[in-house]
Amino acid sequence: MSVLVIAEHNNTEIKSSTLSTITAASQIKKEVDVLVMGYKCEILAKEISNYENIRKVIYIDNKIYENPVAENITLAILNISSNYSYILAPANTFGKNFMPRVAAKSDVSQISDVIKIEKEDTFIRPIYAGNALATVQSIENKKIITIRPTSFEPVIKEGGKGEIEEINFEESSKLVNFINREESKSERPELGTARIVISGGRGLQSAENFKMINEIADKLNAAIGASRAAVDAGYVSNDYQVGQTGKVVVPELYIAIGISGAIQHLAGMKESKIIVAINKDEEAPIFNVADYGLQADLFEALPELSLELDKLNTINK
Amino acid sequence: MMKILVAVKRVIDYNVQIRVKSDGSGVETENVKMSMNPPDENAVEEALRIKESGKAEEVIVLSIGNEKSQETIRTGLAMGADKGIFVKANDNCEPLSIAKIMKKIIEKEKPQIVLMGKQAIDDDCNQTGQMLSALVEWPQATFASKLEIKDSTLFVTREIDEGLEKIEINLPAVITCDLRLNEPRYASLPNIMKAKKKPIETLSAEDLEIDTSPRIKLIKVEEPSKRKKGIMVNNVSELVQKLKHEAKVI
Ligand SMILES: Cc1cc2nc3c(=O)[nH]c(=O)nc-3n(C[C@H](O)[C@H](O)[C@H](O)COP(=O)(O)OP(=O)(O)OC[C@H]3O[C@@H](n4cnc5c(N)ncnc54)[C@H](O)[C@@H]3O)c2cc1C
Repeated sequence: MSVLVIAEHNNTEIKSSTLSTITAASQIKKEVDVLVMGYKCEILAKEISNYENIRKVIYIDNKIYENPVAENITLAILNISSNYSYILAPANTFGKNFMPRVAAKSDVSQISDVIKIEKEDTFIRPIYAGNALATVQSIENKKIITIRPTSFEPVIKEGGKGEIEEINFEESSKLVNFINREESKSERPELGTARIVISGGRGLQSAENFKMINEIADKLNAAIGASRAAVDAGYVSNDYQVGQTGKVVVPELYIAIGISGAIQHLAGMKESKIIVAINKDEEAPIFNVADYGLQADLFEALPELSLELDKLNTINK
Repeated sequence: MMKILVAVKRVIDYNVQIRVKSDGSGVETENVKMSMNPPDENAVEEALRIKESGKAEEVIVLSIGNEKSQETIRTGLAMGADKGIFVKANDNCEPLSIAKIMKKIIEKEKPQIVLMGKQAIDDDCNQTGQMLSALVEWPQATFASKLEIKDSTLFVTREIDEGLEKIEINLPAVITCDLRLNEPRYASLPNIMKAKKKPIETLSAEDLEIDTSPRIKLIKVEEPSKRKKGIMVNNVSELVQKLKHEAKVI
């Protein structure tokens, strides 16, 4: 029984999702192998080999993996998958894109978005936007699993002595071409792992007003999120979206500004440790999950919040 | 001219607060409002727009499940699709079985584009489109928020965690749709009437020789633990004090 994790990285940095997925894998079997497909990123393979519990890092270096498409990632995994009884990847847009392909080609049913490993064949996963939790048992020899990164701690980045095995593989699909990627660049903490997240909703009314959120975020060193309505209306880009069809976040503090609290939004943030909601409607469902609710007009509350945080910061200095 | 196949799933309406059955066997679906899975509506809409632009001549809506899935097919027909295919299968088929059934339908109907939602809002699996693409060996474009067809090439903008990604794929292809792909139309009353006369072909998983027996056993379904009820604060200054001294998070 061997366990393989598919590493997510961007050729310069290992994504935090990889660290959580390794933790999940090591709960199934202590020793974990990791597949790193990349272009000129041997240094990342080396880095992973030092993580706790790593037995081996399989490294494939090829230009194909500079901006890999799902078809090509799948081919590389299938090339080695017969050696493994478990294959794990993060349940984000990276893993979701190719894992079902690996499953279909292996004639295995995939288990998506696992939040807890009960036993080596039994897993807990949210369904219905997290309004129910299903315990499921796989009765197949091979298990193909995606892991919700925020449900597992990152692996400790040292203490391991994995070997690195470099293999050659260059099969690729001729039917798909990567064109480009538009990434939002930000100096702020990453939404998926930030300690504090402040999100804005339709209540902000415009992209211009949404900048009030930025100001608070800077004072709290917080990441910024948004409701789907705010993204749809063009206040911010799609990578800010929190919820059932966006990102899942579990910060220590989540602040929802002008967000009503639809179940699809709650799906992405209701596991946060402390939830704060500011909304002018006292009936807004967001207040049902908020630890601290403030019924107020956000256009008055946000400038006040900004001032109060300044006061705190001066006291702290 | 092209044919487009759109797969649609009947799910509990997204506005319904679901209830977990007290015996832990699943989620209550009796007397609960059911609708077309939301991103599947975007898939139907996109197919209709491609047809209206003159690039396709037929839009087929497919649904797989119990008898009532035919209602969901009717919704697609009322939006403007030309014909329906209903494949009778047990409820809660796993995505792999659905993908295998769809492969059979593709062999029969020979569409050039398959459109479907990126995930169903009931089991939240996000698998079927990718599985189908792998099984038929057509390229995939998942989480699509923009499509452009030029001859036999499809330019797709995909929503990814980092932002947006553009890829170019050859037809035939499988596309899974994001809610931002378009604004689905409402079916007008005359179109709902017309849809009643449109043909729905009925098949079954057995007819297609697909074994849909589950490979994943559902042990139990339970409600997540509820959050403890919080408090309302009176003003911003109180809020900041609480966050600082009580919750100790700032
Ligand atoms: C299949 C599906 C998937 C979805 N996925 C997601 C998802 O991933 N994430 C997501 O967020 N949504 C998702 N949605 C959409 C979701 O159902 C809601 O429509 C959305 O979350 C609403 O966003 P909102 O709270 O910003 O807007 P609204 O519901 O319009 O709420 C705006 C709130 O702002 C308050 N407000 C307005 N003005 C002020 C003011 N001046 N001061 C204070 N408060 C004010 C209002 O009282 C209101 O509560 C999904 C929907 C579907 C159907």
